[in-house]
Amino acid sequence: MKIEIKDLHYTYPAGVEALRGVSLTIDSGEQVAMVGQNGSGKTTLVKHLNGLLQPTSGSVLIGDLDTKKVPVAKLAVHVGYVFQNPDEQLFCRTIHEEVAFGPRNLGFDASKIESLVADALNLVELSSRKETNPYDLSPTWRKMVALASIISMDTSIVILDEPTTGQDAVNVARIAHVVAELRKRGKTVITITHDIDFCAENFERVIALSQGKILLDGPAGSVLGQGEILAQTYVDPPQLTRLGKRLGLKKTVRNQEEFLSALKS
Amino acid sequence: MAIVNLKGVTYKYPLTETPALSNINLKINEGEFVAVIGPNGAGKSTLCYTLAGFVPHFFKGDLQGSVEVAGVETKTSTLSDWVLNVGLAFQNPFNQISGAKYTVYEEIAFGLENLGIPRGEMKERVDQALTLTGIRDLADRSPYSLSGGQQQRVALTSILVMQPKVLVLDEPTSQMDPIGTREVFGVIRSLAERGMTVIMAEHKVEWVAQFADRVIALYEGKLMMDGRPGDVLTSERLVGKGYGISRYTSAAREASRRGLWPRNRELPVTLDEAVMGFGGFPLPRGEGQGVRGKGRK
Repeated sequence: MKIEIKDLHYTYPAGVEALRGVSLTIDSGEQVAMVGQNGSGKTTLVKHLNGLLQPTSGSVLIGDLDTKKVPVAKLAVHVGYVFQNPDEQLFCRTIHEEVAFGPRNLGFDASKIESLVADALNLVELSSRKETNPYDLSPTWRKMVALASIISMDTSIVILDEPTTGQDAVNVARIAHVVAELRKRGKTVITITHDIDFCAENFERVIALSQGKILLDGPAGSVLGQGEILAQTYVDPPQLTRLGKRLGLKKTVRNQEEFLSALKS
Repeated sequence: MAIVNLKGVTYKYPLTETPALSNINLKINEGEFVAVIGPNGAGKSTLCYTLAGFVPHFFKGDLQGSVEVAGVETKTSTLSDWVLNVGLAFQNPFNQISGAKYTVYEEIAFGLENLGIPRGEMKERVDQALTLTGIRDLADRSPYSLSGGQQQRVALTSILVMQPKVLVLDEPTSQMDPIGTREVFGVIRSLAERGMTVIMAEHKVEWVAQFADRVIALYEGKLMMDGRPGDVLTSERLVGKGYGISRYTSAAREASRRGLWPRNRELPVTLDEAVMGFGGFPLPRGEGQGVRGKGRK
């Protein structure tokens, strides 16, 4: 499903102007990373995609659904949102119940629910822990339960709010694998992240926000190379991109292989 | 002299079989800035809770060995006395923010109110702390209206205002942008210079390399390495176990296999070290890597 945001403004009830005219289109099946300093409006923006927030002015269309007119429950069929903090979204007694809750609410029949749950748990490597209480797991694995509970809803759009926060290298790789699998399935994935290396290695398109507006929007390779502009929103280019620049490599490199082969030539 | 002293510390959470910490022996000197690294589940948070007295006073379970801070043992102390010496900022600020206060200003004052600090002094200390961490402009906002990174700054500030001798931080910058991270590391470094002892669990190794005096690597509850940041963070022993490894280190390790990194040169952790190594700049005499290790004399 296509996402169309037109001149979106949002002011919180206390008067903080979090979005100041954002327009963008995300096509079905795109993998987009959103970066920018704390308080730049990233979370506020994605909360408009499933109707958790309503525009102060401007509009948000999910396919042909206007989020101002369609209730959150209807939008939930199309847009899944994994919160930054898993503890804000987990409440069931077992992992199985938790992951089945979403598809059950969407009204799928019992066998469909079971197959969606099995698939989601398999993807996050929790198949063997079905009967465990999510709160008996470490925060790391609770994050994976939160992820599975959205994947099982089989929405065409999946939003991940800072999925790699506090995760070690093994788990970051696990999350990257989930993103790659969703891409294969043709899902739209929108990820908010401060982990620029994760962003460079897993996303094709990068949107940088600054003070409630879009600062840069384009292919990762070109956006992440623009160090001076990114500095305005407190984002550093990926580590190896910076190293390549400092060493005077002509090409903008994004990962180790690109770096090493540019170094040789 | 050692302000923190752990002897043979083994700890099991209630109803668990495997120790979360296993025979930890650790001495930390006053004013030292020690970073604790390790994959998820290595025991970083448990070590933080143990230093802060939450183990055994809040998390019951089975604690063997002794944990001493400033000459007092946790087992013989109470949590309300312990907080006068040791402050802990939780990994998740959501778990720390009291929920009882409407503004950031009041939230920062909450700990001091509980200690019965006089009003005038309390205001002065809150103002200083807000300035130190750069959140004066958030003072009148509700803690819950803030972004994750801003909440982390509030959580940190609410501990700094207590002026603990020992500051324990569990991934204090995990939700922060790079500038925020750099600022927080800078503030913490300067507090250590002024004699505060800092123990910080952290995945962001390139910052650790630039700011910490010493790095401890935990693995499955055991102390696996303890040493100079440059030695620990570039060690082959960290590879493939889920430790955060700087991309500069990994790239140089692979480059040295292909003959693209100077022979016998220590692997880099930071950008500057990588630039110097790949650029072929000679090392300053007798200084090791030069840019690293603001080690306290």
